[in-house]
Amino acid sequence: MIKVKNLTRKFGPVVAVDDVSFDVARGEVVVIVGPSGSGKSTLLRCLNALEEIDAGEILIDNFMIEKRHKDIHQIRLEVGMVFQQFNLFPHLKVIKNVMLAQRVVRKRSREEARAKGMNLLEQVGLTDKVDAYPAQLSGGQKQRVAIARALAMDPKIMLFDEVTSALDPEMIGEVLEAMKMLAAKGMTMMVVSHELGFAREVADRVLFMETGKIIESGPPSQLFDNPRQQRTRDFLSKVL
Amino acid sequence: MLDWIAEQIVLYWDIFKYLIPAVPWTALITITSFALALVLGMIVSVIRLWKVPVLSYLAGVYVNVIRGVPLLVHIFFIYFGLGKYLNFDRFTAGVLAVGICYSAYLAEIFRSGLEAISHGQYEAAMSLGMTRFQTLRHVVIPQSLRIVIPPSANEFIASLKDSSLVSIIGLRELTRAGREYYAQFFTDFQTWVLVGVLYLVMTLTLTRVVKYLERLYAVKGFGSRKT
Repeated sequence: MIKVKNLTRKFGPVVAVDDVSFDVARGEVVVIVGPSGSGKSTLLRCLNALEEIDAGEILIDNFMIEKRHKDIHQIRLEVGMVFQQFNLFPHLKVIKNVMLAQRVVRKRSREEARAKGMNLLEQVGLTDKVDAYPAQLSGGQKQRVAIARALAMDPKIMLFDEVTSALDPEMIGEVLEAMKMLAAKGMTMMVVSHELGFAREVADRVLFMETGKIIESGPPSQLFDNPRQQRTRDFLSKVL
Repeated sequence: MLDWIAEQIVLYWDIFKYLIPAVPWTALITITSFALALVLGMIVSVIRLWKVPVLSYLAGVYVNVIRGVPLLVHIFFIYFGLGKYLNFDRFTAGVLAVGICYSAYLAEIFRSGLEAISHGQYEAAMSLGMTRFQTLRHVVIPQSLRIVIPPSANEFIASLKDSSLVSIIGLRELTRAGREYYAQFFTDFQTWVLVGVLYLVMTLTLTRVVKYLERLYAVKGFGSRKT
């Protein structure tokens, strides 16, 4: 589903992602953990071309992301993304947030887009907020709208970039629930998160990143309970 | 005393009847030139927002050159200067001058409005597969409208007042009509009071319309304005 080969992304002299390679299979849930500034988010953002690639290549479902790709928005259709800061469209009601890209990108009819939107908002438990504006929602509700909005495009892969980091603790659970539901349905997911409990429960595989490199990778039980690398152990001892 | 009042009323009424046919011309000049300014200003601001190579630099030069020259000089330059080669009629020259001049001011207002939209909005739209143009059209512009409407409306009102300057090339709008009446009957005080009042009625009406528009584009819980 995703093949990353020797991916490198630099910001001036700083190498944010340093010669990283990995594969993700269809339906796999991969959680990336690591200290801040380790390149986790940059790596994720490369996967839907929000970040340019300096070297290496990325294959998404046999579609290659290259530097200065012309049909870049075609690739983004296959890859949904949810952001730490929600990034909902504040001028649109919840249902319109979920409908907009369906209408203008997927060219669906108003009825079709609305039906799809209602269905997804129901799945994330927000039927009563359909006509609210984003500013009237709590953080957890906003993030669930953002998930519904991304899912409305029928992506094959979903990327989650620290989606619970801006939330109050009591709201983290509701967002993680929505993500678990998605994982259970077989969605291919890549999740950057500090929620190690979630990683342990849902991830098929955990990648530990530091200084732009993948230091260690393995199933959560192995990586968390029995890390092979000293650096992984150091990191885990700080966060657990 | 009563005689004097009656005389004054008749005089004002006479001036009023003379001035009124010129009011639609002031309105027409203002609306046409502002429409031109909106289109040009929009194009210039988007070119600068997208940092289109070369064009973006030229757009910056355009804004600074136009803003740095008085409107009266624009009018003279277009009507007499360019008019020497292109033969504009008065209306075209006047509208071009006011329109171009205000496009530079609007371009700066639009740019500040467009740049106020956070990077996250672009990323969200792009991650949903929207193109740059779709993002601008459906996400960025609707949000910047709220920011841009009040200062743009001020410019509109200012352009209404500045349309009086085109009277200098003999375009028969409100100010020109006032000068004509005054030249015939030498009723300087009454003429200019009435011309002023007519401008005032137009600008105050517009101010009300702007207030209404601001309320129309306000969104619950968004921005600082209470609804």
